[in-house]
Amino acid sequence: MHDVATHDDSKGQYFWVWGALLVLTAIEVVLAYKQVFAAKRMLEILMILSVIKSALIIGYFMHLKFERALMRWLLVISVTACFIIMYFFFFPDAGRVMPPPNGVGLP
Amino acid sequence: MADATLQHDVVGHGVPGEYEAPLFGAYSKKVGMWLFLASDSLTFGALLFAFSYNRIYTVPWPTPFHVESIINATIMTGCLLSSSLTMVLGVFAAQRGDRAWTRYWLLATMIFGTAFIVLHGMEWSKLIGEGLTIPGFMTALGVAAPKSTGEFADISRNVPQFPQAFFGLTAMHMLHVTIGVIYLGVIAFRKMFLAILGVIWIAAAFLIPSGNVFHYPVHALGIALVVAAIILFLKPKDYDAHDVEVCGLYWHFVDLVWMFIFPLVYLMSTKI
Repeated sequence: MHDVATHDDSKGQYFWVWGALLVLTAIEVVLAYKQVFAAKRMLEILMILSVIKSALIIGYFMHLKFERALMRWLLVISVTACFIIMYFFFFPDAGRVMPPPNGVGLP
Repeated sequence: MADATLQHDVVGHGVPGEYEAPLFGAYSKKVGMWLFLASDSLTFGALLFAFSYNRIYTVPWPTPFHVESIINATIMTGCLLSSSLTMVLGVFAAQRGDRAWTRYWLLATMIFGTAFIVLHGMEWSKLIGEGLTIPGFMTALGVAAPKSTGEFADISRNVPQFPQAFFGLTAMHMLHVTIGVIYLGVIAFRKMFLAILGVIWIAAAFLIPSGNVFHYPVHALGIALVVAAIILFLKPKDYDAHDVEVCGLYWHFVDLVWMFIFPLVYLMSTKI
């Protein structure tokens, strides 16, 4: 029997992925701590970094990179399509910015 | 991925169509777990979208997380990332047939997961003690009255969407991590884990004071104990490398979800 994680890959690459995930996390924390960007740009950058981190986790730790192409694409496309649909349901309405009920501002 | 159990020439063909080629080239447990994770990702996706919706809709959005909270959440992130590495090493050990090291790596993963839960629980208790509460919910849990003044009490009063979204999202994730640790324990220690879980449950029930938010929720461990006992006694088996790998998929998913919660909930609400 041979299995998903016994292909040609070595253990070393998982340590590299782990290191990359820690470095990306550190970059996120520094960006937030230093408040380098305005809120909207910061959100965009943090989400891009999160998508990169999740791709590393799904691809390497969860081994989806080494699965059959049909399984890989079916899972990724179906979940992504659901998120896109959710986006169009939620966010046009969220743009109707309302003031807080009692008008008291918070920091 | 190929697996000997999936090859056509090693299975019988008495009933036409009974042993069709697996569509995804993977064993059924793994496909089942992937499908569960796909559906669970939509649950978390909806919660993350709801959090983001609240954040955009509510102006101004509170930014209550000071340096200590960010440091705490960063350590929690490090715990989860490290637990994913030990999980991968556990899967490798299981595929080598090295039972001892499989158990060690799974134990290391459980320790990191438990550290995450404890740190998160401490963070929750601190925030609640300082007044960040969901109106009415704490009374139902029998939690001692938190501060009625101060920054967090003001947030709870003026922007109740914040504690609702924060606690809703992080509680769902914490529940998943807890289930993951128990799942790992069952795979690694089998029936022996029932005794361990029982001791942890009883100890936690006595040690967590009655005013703490986790005083009643800790009894979820008792429910988990019953469920684990039913599984282990009704279908006793020696968990193999496939079971470890499927368990690992679940654990990595829990890690993956946190990669979105951490920046969205904590880093976007920092107060430096």
